[in-house]
Amino acid sequence: MTLIDHLPVLVVILPLLTAPLCVLLDRPVAAWGAALGAAWLTFVGAALLVGQVADGGAISYQLGGWAPPWGIEYRVDTLGAYVLLIVSAMAALVLLSARESVEREIFRVNGARFYAAFLLAFAGLMGIVATGDAFNVFVFLEISSLSTYALISMGRDRRALTAAFQYLVMGTIGATFILIGIGFLYMMTGTLNMLDLAERLPEVSNTRTVRAGFAFLTVGIGLKLAMFPLHLWMPNAYTYAPSVVTAFLAATATKVAVYVLLRFILGIFGIEFGLGRMPLEYLLIPLGLMGILSASMVAIYQVEIKRLLAYSSVAQIGYIVLGVGLANTHGITAAVLHLFNHALMKGALFIALGAVAYRIGATTLDAFSGLGRRMPLTMGAIVIGGLSLIGVPGTVGFVSKWYLVLAALERGLWPIALLVLVGSVMAVVYVWKVVERAYFSQASSGSGEASEAPLMMLIPLWTLVLANIYFGLHTDLSAGLARQAATVLSGGQGERHAFAYLDSPGSAAGAAGGAGLCQAAQSA
Amino acid sequence: MLLGFLVLIAIAAIRLRDLFAVVMLFGVYSLLTAALFMDLDAVDVAFTEAAVGAGVSTVLMLSGLRLTRRWEEAPGHRPPLPLMVVAVTGAALIYAMLDAPPLGDPTAPVHQHVTPYYIEQTPLEVGVPNIVTAVLASYRGYDTFGETVVIFTAGLAVLLLLGVGGGHSFRPGENAIGDQTVLKPVVKTLIPPILLYGLYVQFHGDFGAGGGFQAGVIFASGFVLYDLAFGEGNARAVVPPAWLHRLAALGVLIYGGVGVYALFAGKAFLDYSALSANPVAGQHAGILLVEIGVGITVFSVVLSIFYAFSGRRRKS
Amino acid sequence: MNALPGIFNYLVVVFLMMAGFYVVIAQGNLIKKLVGLGLFQASVFILYITMGNLAGGAAPIVTEGVTVYSSPLPHVLILTAIVVGVATTAVGLALAVRIQEAYGSVEEEVIHASDLRDDESLFGEPAACDREGGQ
Repeated sequence: MTLIDHLPVLVVILPLLTAPLCVLLDRPVAAWGAALGAAWLTFVGAALLVGQVADGGAISYQLGGWAPPWGIEYRVDTLGAYVLLIVSAMAALVLLSARESVEREIFRVNGARFYAAFLLAFAGLMGIVATGDAFNVFVFLEISSLSTYALISMGRDRRALTAAFQYLVMGTIGATFILIGIGFLYMMTGTLNMLDLAERLPEVSNTRTVRAGFAFLTVGIGLKLAMFPLHLWMPNAYTYAPSVVTAFLAATATKVAVYVLLRFILGIFGIEFGLGRMPLEYLLIPLGLMGILSASMVAIYQVEIKRLLAYSSVAQIGYIVLGVGLANTHGITAAVLHLFNHALMKGALFIALGAVAYRIGATTLDAFSGLGRRMPLTMGAIVIGGLSLIGVPGTVGFVSKWYLVLAALERGLWPIALLVLVGSVMAVVYVWKVVERAYFSQASSGSGEASEAPLMMLIPLWTLVLANIYFGLHTDLSAGLARQAATVLSGGQGERHAFAYLDSPGSAAGAAGGAGLCQAAQSA
Repeated sequence: MLLGFLVLIAIAAIRLRDLFAVVMLFGVYSLLTAALFMDLDAVDVAFTEAAVGAGVSTVLMLSGLRLTRRWEEAPGHRPPLPLMVVAVTGAALIYAMLDAPPLGDPTAPVHQHVTPYYIEQTPLEVGVPNIVTAVLASYRGYDTFGETVVIFTAGLAVLLLLGVGGGHSFRPGENAIGDQTVLKPVVKTLIPPILLYGLYVQFHGDFGAGGGFQAGVIFASGFVLYDLAFGEGNARAVVPPAWLHRLAALGVLIYGGVGVYALFAGKAFLDYSALSANPVAGQHAGILLVEIGVGITVFSVVLSIFYAFSGRRRKS
Repeated sequence: MNALPGIFNYLVVVFLMMAGFYVVIAQGNLIKKLVGLGLFQASVFILYITMGNLAGGAAPIVTEGVTVYSSPLPHVLILTAIVVGVATTAVGLALAVRIQEAYGSVEEEVIHASDLRDDESLFGEPAACDREGGQ
């Protein structure tokens, strides 16, 4: 075995083992260098991994040399490789911009320890994606969660502490629900390996225990995902966390939760069980829509822009949930695409907010007065990120919404397509609010000396902005991959998970029922 | 019988407003749970629950309580939503239990798949009598690596939140529970056996219940006891707080180092057979090394968290 | 214990889990919430260990003359989960201590009220919209 064969585990243990090194280094600058190096190496590793998976299909790696299901297996398929790539890319970019921001915002504690915690959160997320073992998900989830609680609490406002505590309580409830769900699956199958589970579950899928296990897993992951109405922890956490932490979390943590949800619903239970036998479809579609509309509405009234974007994230997660709920190839493609696209948008926007906080010292709407002239590059990035959030053609946001609308129309659910557009209009309102203040309002007196953000923030910021445009124009690349991933997730692991259910005559009735229910939900 | 007591404690925990009593009840709950685990043949788990759940958790909660308030304020109106959420969740759980295999059923999937392999193959492949240790440190050694990182993360998080704890401002001889003339000689005679027992548990995990986790906790508890009886500052002189987090990092690196060594030897991460020409001997060496890493991390994190809490004065 | 009818044990465990869960979501005191989390998790551990038990089985330590053992796998999983649980408790308590220092209280209602006052002094009016539900 050469080093290249170890890539699945290397992309996890590289940041994981650099974290204790950072603690030993003890000097913030040295720790930052080590963290940055580890993140970029991990990114290169993930890129190589994407190539490997594209050439040879899903990769299995046996940890400790023990064959699954007795040992723990790492399993990286197409979608997994891409999620690893985006998480590591975001970590690498955010860390690039982190040094100045951390020096400014985090002064009470040793910066080296902050970077160690950051790396642990990063490594935990990578581990969740790479693993092929249900219980191992729980362990790495807790690594990333515990470090995230600490990172959020580092914010300057004292409400960062209560936000972290609230997240700790809700996150732990979520993790315990996941633990209960895994326990029920284990009880009925005797195994923890995901592939093995997928093989053994159909035999017992009629039992109440498995159904309840499915429900507990969905709710538990939904809490981590901030799926409406389980999102209450998120706005506070994103608002009061240090800018660097918010940028990284907004771009990665919920995306990884989406991946876990897809993997459990589609990869382990199979789409037929998840959306056929369980009423998940009737739950996900209304919840997704309610998330989009209510969170967008709340976002419109926010005066703290970090909080505005946090509510916008709840809405964006609504789009993803809706895509999963629609459960056809286009819907899942839209969900997968939006997973990446939303990371690009929110990564860019929150790094830009970090730059504003660095120069102005606040991110309230007032702070944006006249910012268009004083920080033109940063504001330009916010405008393009905002356009992408709205879903204007030429940006990535358009591509995922396009597929979402296609998916809805394909199912004959035109009211849903309409509501997706309503969501976009609401995004126009809250994005315009910021843009108007930045370009058509005079700077408040006394803060005129603020200048453009430092180069180390502009580089990652504009990298992401350009990615927003590039992947918005070259749709064949990202959409093709997402579609491939969607098919692999739902059909690649054996014929029984294929979309046969959707093409069967019964599905037409199901779709009609879904439409009826949704219309009922709207009129209610 | 045990379960009945547990139910009573749970109800009391809901109703009582004296948080000190609630925390003590939580300790008793953990201890009873440990007894229940013994009854269900889970000796290792019982040991850990008693040491970690009843011991460390309770001590931590008490130190947390010292820095906050003992009495919970009178509850305002109780909204009905939590009760509904709990009722729905409980109903889902009972629904799940209706199809669960009955307790102790040998035909349950848990006993049919995967488990038999561990029971049959452990003596041949890993060569340690304690199957739990074999699964923990070898078959699922990567989980345990993750678990060690979780502990390290918790230590780091507490460090970020509360700082190193004390440092120079502590006069030796000033202790948390007052001057204890009776306690001091008792503690003095207790500490050597505690530390010895910790070492025994550390290295005996292959054969009986025990291992790095329990040993780390026991070792740390020896220091905590010393600290309580002889005053803060004395234990800190033996193991300075500033060194503890480095020690914790070292423990993680020892565990990870074994994995990386295997990697460079051309085997999978954490494949202990890379450590020796004879695979079973390699497993032995691997388990020994990673358990030492675990023990070091657990010991230093538990002690550093205790320092962090006890080094803080109440402000209000 | 093994003489009890199989499912009864599980039902009691469900009650224990829900008691803990109730303490977490219904109580306003942060320390008590953490105790509730501990109870909730400890009860989930009982669930796992119960399913690993085998009638007539021995503790999973290889002994001569014994062929039937309880399953070691749930034990391993719960060993991990116990440690994860105490790690969470430690971080939660550290947060609670810092909250006490920053707010002078660990009661949710008091904290919430003083946050609202902050908002009022900042923006002139309470930011009511972002508090829908507010856990």
